Amino acid sequence: MKFQLFSALRLTLAMMVLCCVLYPALVWAAAQLAPGHGEGVQIAKNGRVVGFANVGQKFDKPEYFNSRPSAADYHADASSGSNKGPSNPEYLAVVKARLDTFLLQNPGVKAADVPAELITASGSGLDPHLSPAGALVQVPRVARARQLDAARVEALVRQQIEPGTLGPDHVNVLKLNLALDALAGR
Amino acid sequence: MNKELLGILVIFGSTVLLALPLGRYLATIYRGDKSWTDFLAPLERLLFRAGGIDANRSMTWQQHLVALLTINLAWFIWAMFVFCTQGLLPLNPDGNPSMTPDQAFNTAISFLVNCNLQHYSGESGATYFSQLFAVTFLQFVTAATGMAACVVVFNALKEGTTEKLGNFYAYFVKSITRVLLPIATVVALVLVFQGTPMNWAGKAPIVTVQGDSVNVSRGPAAAMIAIKELGTNGGGFFGANSAHPLENPTYLTNAVENFALVLIPLAMVFAFGYYLKRPKLSYMVFGVMTVGFLMLLAPTVYYEMHGNPAIAQMGADQRLGAMEGKEVRLGAAASAYWGITNTVISCGSVNSMHDSHMPISGMAELLGMMTNAFYGGVGVGFLNFFVFVIIAVFISGLMVGRTPEFMGKKIEAREMKIAIIVALLHPLLILTGTALSAHLYAGNPTEYAGWLANPGYHGFSEMLYEFTSSAANNGSGFEGLGDNTPWWNISTGIVMVLARYLPIIGPVAIAGLLARKKFIPESAGTLRVDTATFGVMVFFVIWIIAALAFFPALALGPLAEHFTLY
Repeated sequence: MKFQLFSALRLTLAMMVLCCVLYPALVWAAAQLAPGHGEGVQIAKNGRVVGFANVGQKFDKPEYFNSRPSAADYHADASSGSNKGPSNPEYLAVVKARLDTFLLQNPGVKAADVPAELITASGSGLDPHLSPAGALVQVPRVARARQLDAARVEALVRQQIEPGTLGPDHVNVLKLNLALDALAGR
Repeated sequence: MNKELLGILVIFGSTVLLALPLGRYLATIYRGDKSWTDFLAPLERLLFRAGGIDANRSMTWQQHLVALLTINLAWFIWAMFVFCTQGLLPLNPDGNPSMTPDQAFNTAISFLVNCNLQHYSGESGATYFSQLFAVTFLQFVTAATGMAACVVVFNALKEGTTEKLGNFYAYFVKSITRVLLPIATVVALVLVFQGTPMNWAGKAPIVTVQGDSVNVSRGPAAAMIAIKELGTNGGGFFGANSAHPLENPTYLTNAVENFALVLIPLAMVFAFGYYLKRPKLSYMVFGVMTVGFLMLLAPTVYYEMHGNPAIAQMGADQRLGAMEGKEVRLGAAASAYWGITNTVISCGSVNSMHDSHMPISGMAELLGMMTNAFYGGVGVGFLNFFVFVIIAVFISGLMVGRTPEFMGKKIEAREMKIAIIVALLHPLLILTGTALSAHLYAGNPTEYAGWLANPGYHGFSEMLYEFTSSAANNGSGFEGLGDNTPWWNISTGIVMVLARYLPIIGPVAIAGLLARKKFIPESAGTLRVDTATFGVMVFFVIWIIAALAFFPALALGPLAEHFTLY
């Protein structure tokens, strides 16, 4: 038993070198060749880093395409979902309120045109995407707020759709809004 | 066909196709036959020399268990030390604090038993040092422990009579050098090239387009995420696990991660057949497991893709499915597939929040963990299934009125006692833990108000899920549960230990006892275990013992919630 424990400790140390030093070092070295060099892919605007391509951020102003509701309020160092159960009455009241607010901010839009992701929180609280429908339904409001032609804004959204080969089609909200800023000359 | 359904079909199909050759390869390397990875032998010799181990010494089943438990004890002490002192150790750029003793106990146990209960969030509750030297380390070695224990059982089922069941350290080391490390490296490379971070700097402070200041957590994530899935541990680098857009950036990474976690449990089943040169037997096992798996998968995919009826009533468009707790890039079908694969296999990572799933999906996930033998965790899933096979052989033997035999060995009272204790331990731990918690909560709802994030039936499901997940060494949660309290940390810690080691000790002991017995060659009177008839028998044994035992609890939780909602 005593011999076994000593043996176990030595094997443990050797395994640690292999699994916790050499293996991560190899992955880290390979990451230097990857987009973003393993630091996360950053996006800059006018030379200033304004976000990470894969990390959602809060957009709630009318002149931007709004991102999904977030249980983490888009704090990218505290990811979390709401963990609300489907039958929780308090939760359902919040969803209803989000829907009503959206309809109020987007006159002319009917409830049946509002895709569920716009009124539900994502799993991470950092979802960087919307479905194409989730972006298109906001086009009239954004165009009005920006005093742009709705058709041009809609064309911009369609350009930004990333088709999912097997998963759902989606639009990256940050990239879409940066393209929108560029279109509006900001 | 719907694109998202096609997606999960492709993921499952490719996993099965690759698990077949991997199973053959596993059988080859554990048998010690020539294989193309023999170039790793010098590395293995180096590891054996470092440990002062004679890898050719064959051990009895008792010696195997002593070796296994001793090395596990060493890991436990190491992990406790790391989690309790991580705040002072290097590689902590964000200045995260050490864990409290009860939380460290829970976390150390959790990773030691290949569970990942994680009563902390990676961003603020762990450091890069603890993520690598405690969590990643245990994700490798506990997976290899399960695989080694599984091979010991394979050895015991060979023809003939023997005491000697191979060398534990040899199986353990080979599992890491020849299986886990190479595949994990490939998975990690896919992840970094898809945008998962692998760096040492702390949070990145940025000002967003709208002008909000946020800090973006990063770290050596890709290396850990690869082995978290492959070793079916499931412990996430970030709090939101694989729902996090850095942990699981694209549909491709989602497919690869999901593939990785199903791969070895499936391959282990095929390895069983190749190892004993009875492939038909492993097709029977695979068939039973797959039927059980599909029965849980189908309703979950249906309900997740059809959305929440309460939200449908408000008139919103739910063509994408029930989106609460889900990510747009992954979609409802892939989230449902992930949820079920991660619960039938005791991985427990999540790419959507199970707490927000529809009640029937939550029930399917609970059932996946309650049976815990439809594929199951690396190595240990097969061990759980083995226990049910022993029980099925015994019952079948009684039905036809002859001495029950399995693989040429008589099953007698001693083996049956062990099998039944292991099989009944699972419901005992889950139901006792849930009952005690429900009793505490009902006795003083104000004091324990922080426990439950949801009222009514769903709140009960949250407690039931936590104990089921602990006892299945799964680690996923209905995460609304406020579980970082001494009660939850300590009670689930104890449940996890009992539910890991007894289901390893039991089957290894049964196998060791069987191996010593006189070998009876097959004859016309032998019960054939590689037939569909016997498969049906095993299936019903699993349902009766593992599923029906939980029916009353499921009726109080998810079923009751379902009928209020629909």
